Amino acid sequence: MITNKMRLEIDAKSENESFARTVVAAFVARLDPTLEELNDVKTAVSEAVTNAIIHGYNEMKGTVYISCLIDKNTVLIQIEDHGIGIEDIGKAMEPLYTSKPDLERSGMGFTVMEAFMDSINVTSNIGKGTLITMKKTFDSIHNRVD
Amino acid sequence: MTLEFEQLDRNLVVKLKGELDHHSAEIVREKIDRSIDRGGIKNLIFDCSKMDFMDSSGLGVMMGRFKKLKSMGGQVVISGINPNIDRVFKLSGIYKIISKYENLEKAIEKLGEGK
Ligand SMILES: Nc1ncnc2c1ncn2[C@@H]1O[C@H](COP(=O)(O)OP(=O)(O)OP(=O)(O)O)[C@@H](O)[C@H]1O
Ligand SMILES: [Mg+2]
Repeated sequence: MITNKMRLEIDAKSENESFARTVVAAFVARLDPTLEELNDVKTAVSEAVTNAIIHGYNEMKGTVYISCLIDKNTVLIQIEDHGIGIEDIGKAMEPLYTSKPDLERSGMGFTVMEAFMDSINVTSNIGKGTLITMKKTFDSIHNRVD
Repeated sequence: MTLEFEQLDRNLVVKLKGELDHHSAEIVREKIDRSIDRGGIKNLIFDCSKMDFMDSSGLGVMMGRFKKLKSMGGQVVISGINPNIDRVFKLSGIYKIISKYENLEKAIEKLGEGK
């Protein structure tokens, strides 16, 4: 069984969003995904990290924890914040729902994560934080001999 | 992300180069609004042919500019979208309010002089 993992901790700052998605994409790239699959992962990570910064920490001080686990041709990505938490996860995940329309949010982040990854799971505790777990299997993987 | 502005009659063309996310969205929004507020502009064309990444933050920017220009009687269109970004747009249903054109020339042709 071929597994590989990595862990990344970043300050909850918007300038770290591109860094986070690029690091995850670079880590996942060794699975030989198509450019489209790689973009899916980048976009989903960007959504989750941005949510941690904007909603979890209200654009104030905090840390975003990112971890990736590759197991054969599947990647499991976890993005966690220790911020305000989500009161109603069902409602939060509805397309077009946003608690911050004044900030010109479109309410599409969770919908994008759902569409671009194979699965997404959200756990959250008020005042404790939120954990997003996403999974994607790359069909494109060649039978490589490493 | 870098921006290039070009005004053709009353159409403002904004060429987006690079990655549009929450971080770059703030400055993009600010610069475009400053141009619109100077006056003389009716329609906005987002030329996305050099944009290689966009997440839902980009949707917010485009919908926000749509609302602003609509209230002034104008419209927003987009051109040159790559397939990855097209999927984000499609999911959101934004094409119901913002038309998409294959390239900038077609978008300009359609909008005319923005009279
Ligand atoms: N990490 C988080 N901590 C607290 N609340 C969150 C978190 N992530 C999401 N939410 C809540 O879920 C809602 C929906 O999130 P989603 O990403 O779908 O939309 P959005 O962030 O509001 O808008 P967009 O992603 O389109 O810019 C948010 O408005 C917010 O209320
Ligand atoms: Mg979001």
